[in-house]
Amino acid sequence: MKAIVTVVGKDAVGIIANVCTELASYRVNVLDISQTVMQGYFTMMMVVEVSTCTVALAELCRVMDAKGQEMGLSIRVQREDIFEAMHRV
Amino acid sequence: MLSKKDIFQTQDMIDKRHLDIRTITMGISLLDCADTDVHACARKIYDKITRYAENLVSVGQDIEWEFGIPIVNKRISVTPISLVGAACRDDSLVPLAMAMDAAAKEVGVNFIGGFSALVQKGCTESDWKLIRSIPEAMRCTERVCASVNVGSTRAGINMDAVAEMGRIIKKTAAVTADNDGLGCAKRVVFANAVEDNPFMAGAFHGVGEPECVLNVGVSGPGVVYHALQSVKGQSFDVVAETVKKTAFRITRMGQIVGVEASRRLNVPFGIVDLSLAPTPAKGDSVARILEEMGLQVCGTHGTTAALALLNDAVKKGGVMASNHVGGLSGAFIPVSEDEGMIAAAEAGVLALDKLEAMTCVCSVGLDMIAVPGDTTAATISAIIADEAAIGMVNSKTTAVRIIPAPGKVVGDRVEMGGLLGSAPVMPVHPESSEDFIARGGRIPAPLQSLKN
Repeated sequence: MKAIVTVVGKDAVGIIANVCTELASYRVNVLDISQTVMQGYFTMMMVVEVSTCTVALAELCRVMDAKGQEMGLSIRVQREDIFEAMHRV
Repeated sequence: MLSKKDIFQTQDMIDKRHLDIRTITMGISLLDCADTDVHACARKIYDKITRYAENLVSVGQDIEWEFGIPIVNKRISVTPISLVGAACRDDSLVPLAMAMDAAAKEVGVNFIGGFSALVQKGCTESDWKLIRSIPEAMRCTERVCASVNVGSTRAGINMDAVAEMGRIIKKTAAVTADNDGLGCAKRVVFANAVEDNPFMAGAFHGVGEPECVLNVGVSGPGVVYHALQSVKGQSFDVVAETVKKTAFRITRMGQIVGVEASRRLNVPFGIVDLSLAPTPAKGDSVARILEEMGLQVCGTHGTTAALALLNDAVKKGGVMASNHVGGLSGAFIPVSEDEGMIAAAEAGVLALDKLEAMTCVCSVGLDMIAVPGDTTAATISAIIADEAAIGMVNSKTTAVRIIPAPGKVVGDRVEMGGLLGSAPVMPVHPESSEDFIARGGRIPAPLQSLKN
């Protein structure tokens, strides 16, 4: 199963490294990354593979949310199919 | 491949436009809980509900995290208690309501519906027992919702039940007077009630339903409002198309959440209820959508037409997004739960008569309306009869959830808290309907042809 990770917040050194390290520690593989910085704001979208994840998906979502708060960012992990459902007929 | 725009648009809808799943409601049949002893029956009810709904809240919370979408309410509906309690020899069915309340608290749901009776054609002994138990049940429980269906297109209107409900509503207000008659907010009178409605206070698990089922109610007035802001001044063709597209997205989300929840709970998926359900939060109002179409204040001339368009477009957009649509499916116009409606009523623009007209073209009816505490039982019954007549003739569901707030007069405000919001006390016609209600009997079912 794929999930979408979105990270939004003030730009800083090491955001991608931190997020990827955290994801890797749960054996979550990154498939695609797109990232920009606009007017000092960091926006990143990742497609990740969560079927190899060592914890339940809901738990991963909670952990990444907490990690985001710790880093002063919004980090969300959401199942890909909700976006598919809403934007594809 | 998903675009960044799609993803951030979805998140924007959730963060800023109040997009959410309003409720996942588990319907549970209690028909096998019947017993001649009311306390034995109550025990069976408690055991069955807590067994079936044990994981409802935790599964709901997991799904919220995984999809990143709030599921505001997790609720339960049960078989109308007048059927379950029909075998009980005792005079009061209040112990059954208390068992429902205890079970709701145990599993962590905020409302449980089904303290109900279906009396459109006439009342059984048990129906009368249930109806007369409503005031006490509303007083001594916190989460139980009651409903009574008094009319239908096929059966007509049971005016004896209508008359009794006027008195019951007054009594419910009196026994919950400490809370401004809050008991009345958890009790609704229907015509053409549906069996798979996931929304409170009117949810119950109909006898045509399976053993256990999961129904979903979606919401998103804020999203529709925002979408209409981008088509300012354009024709109604564009307005309708915009609402349809938005409703499609909202409903697809309800569908995916419902299917996932039912899979995890191992319960069949029932329906998605395509309703625009407002909340008192700013930016989550149905009234503001109508105003966005070009009305200065909701309630002025043109409001009914605007609402008709909105209601129809929501259904058309949603119906393709879900494989089973049901429940009430339409725009709700509860006064106390809608920031724009409250403002319009307080400005004196939105009156009871206009609200009644609006209920002809939308789901559901006169909902969450506070009237002066000295409103007579006969007047309340007459309001119910008017609403039931609209439902009966138009083959649609209508409902009355009215609060005669003890000691309050026009201009006062009734605070109900949380999602129930606050309602300005609205004037009713002072002229008597006493003799009309005193007649009793039944209003015959209407002709279904020669429609004009």
